[in-house]
Amino acid sequence: MSKAKPKTRTNGKAKAAKEPKTATRTLKVDALARVEGEGALHVRVRGDEIEDIRFRIFEPPRFFEAFLQGRIYSDAPDITARICGICPIAYQMGASQAMEQALGVQVTGPVRDLRRMIYCGEWIESHVLHAAMLHAPDFLGLQDALQLAKDDPEIVETALNLKKLGNRVIEVIGGRATHPINLKVGGFYRAPRKREIRDLIEPLKWAIDSAIGVAKVFAGFEFPDYEDDYLCVSLRHPDEYAIHEGRLVSSGGLDIEVKDFPDHFQEEHVGHSNALHGMMTDGTVYLTGPNARYNNNYAQLSPLAKQVAKECGLGTVCNNLFQSILVRMVETVYACEEALRLAEAYEEPEASSVEVTPKAGIGAGCTEAPRGICLHRYELDGEGRIVNARIQAPTSQNQPQIERDLRGVVQKNLNLADEALKWRCEQTIRNYDPCISCATHFLNFSIERG
Amino acid sequence: MTPVFPAPPISSTSPSSGGRATASKVLVIGIGNRFRRDDGIGPILADRLAARGIESIEQSGEGTALMEAWSQADHVILIDAASSGAPPGTVHRFDAASEAVPAGLFHYSSHQFAVAEAIEMARVLGRMPQRMDVFGIEGYDFSYGEGLSPEVSRSIDRAEGLILAELRENGLEVEKS
Repeated sequence: MSKAKPKTRTNGKAKAAKEPKTATRTLKVDALARVEGEGALHVRVRGDEIEDIRFRIFEPPRFFEAFLQGRIYSDAPDITARICGICPIAYQMGASQAMEQALGVQVTGPVRDLRRMIYCGEWIESHVLHAAMLHAPDFLGLQDALQLAKDDPEIVETALNLKKLGNRVIEVIGGRATHPINLKVGGFYRAPRKREIRDLIEPLKWAIDSAIGVAKVFAGFEFPDYEDDYLCVSLRHPDEYAIHEGRLVSSGGLDIEVKDFPDHFQEEHVGHSNALHGMMTDGTVYLTGPNARYNNNYAQLSPLAKQVAKECGLGTVCNNLFQSILVRMVETVYACEEALRLAEAYEEPEASSVEVTPKAGIGAGCTEAPRGICLHRYELDGEGRIVNARIQAPTSQNQPQIERDLRGVVQKNLNLADEALKWRCEQTIRNYDPCISCATHFLNFSIERG
Repeated sequence: MTPVFPAPPISSTSPSSGGRATASKVLVIGIGNRFRRDDGIGPILADRLAARGIESIEQSGEGTALMEAWSQADHVILIDAASSGAPPGTVHRFDAASEAVPAGLFHYSSHQFAVAEAIEMARVLGRMPQRMDVFGIEGYDFSYGEGLSPEVSRSIDRAEGLILAELRENGLEVEKS
């Protein structure tokens, strides 16, 4: 553990050369490393002035929405789950809740608890993957997680075990870890046995302590100094730190039902990106994700999570997104605690789901995906077939704010040499744990054998 | 500050889909997304091998999940779609247990901590199986939708034959389908 000391990058500030004021600098990062998906960044600077910043996403337009039209309501959770291999629960649950609203049913009691618990599993696995494997190397001057594993196998092993436990929670409740098969509109196909849930208790106790340990190591990093006055948008629930349901609120005083989202938020298509850009209807950009949740709902975190935040140097508001790695670990601690609480209280429900009768209707659902609010809205015909589908993923909502951060970070760091500035920009994007395409991957071999 | 992390009390998980277990701990991992046409070749080949009684699972390609999936196996066959510019349907093959994966040769379009990183990470952490054969089937169409392109469909039998030959060479008895 002790080896994981923050290092100054050799091409960092210390060696930065001041560029002549009149020169035009163009920074291009054609394929961003360590983000989920395909993205690129283009920055053009003349002297001390930023002429252009474009965060480009190669994500194909969301054919999933068209793909859903004409399908029966119950197909939506499993099909939308395929949008993302990292956060399928967000899609399955958002779709399910939207359908439940359209069909006039409510999921309560132990089935609701199971939903919250499986969502905790997703937060744990996704947050730890990003924080330890993709984000931490940014602060260590290490090129990638592989180097981190060579230098400090213990923290990597711990992170892998935490992630494995998050996956295990998903597997026990959802049937399998990737694209779970046990979730449906109305609840679950089968409720897990009490014994299966109880087997998670000891590992979750271990996980709380381990997540705190990882958080404290990360708190020793040096964080670049950049803050913005973010408009934070998140869910809020009266009784708990909102994860899987609630009202939509903003730090600007907005407080609406999820179904009213289209009245206050819009998506715009911009030329340089295939992903839609989300903003408020008045054009204001906003932030969603861990820091937005933390800033809006800090008071509802557990005492232990608050204490960990304090020991990591966080206040009740965190507007430095380079510290989002700490916020993710605080949320991981909280998710482990919540999962433990729910596991200890678990009794097998009499029915694993609420009965649903197809009918015409419109419904909206929203959950806090690890990266931020993920919205679904569906219109059904009299047979329960999907007439219209609309899905707003967190990364497209964050995209304008990412560009705004990039502009601010570049402006503040113009004294850095190109390589260091480029690195800082990539780091700025990774603060958001962007899940850009969520849907494909393939190997590109340039050798042929056999 | 040196936090101590005790070994986690997590029970090991067994692969949850596919054919029956074999004594030699062979595991086929089909990587890909069935909703992205030729990207589904890995899972489709894994289905075929499962039908012959070979333990086979489907994975999205996320690296840490891959490492976990192969942790209990001695001989792992990874099947994935490739995009190198070779003719569609070309079957690439790589012996990952004995050769370092040249990470620069792999291009990932979405999951940066993916196959190559998982293999090299496993090597660093001592989590590699004894044998690992990576089969990459060159794809053509990675757009949204179900079903393989005709070019890749035509190569399924050949790819399956190569994988079966590899397994038989290592002493695995394989059922005829």
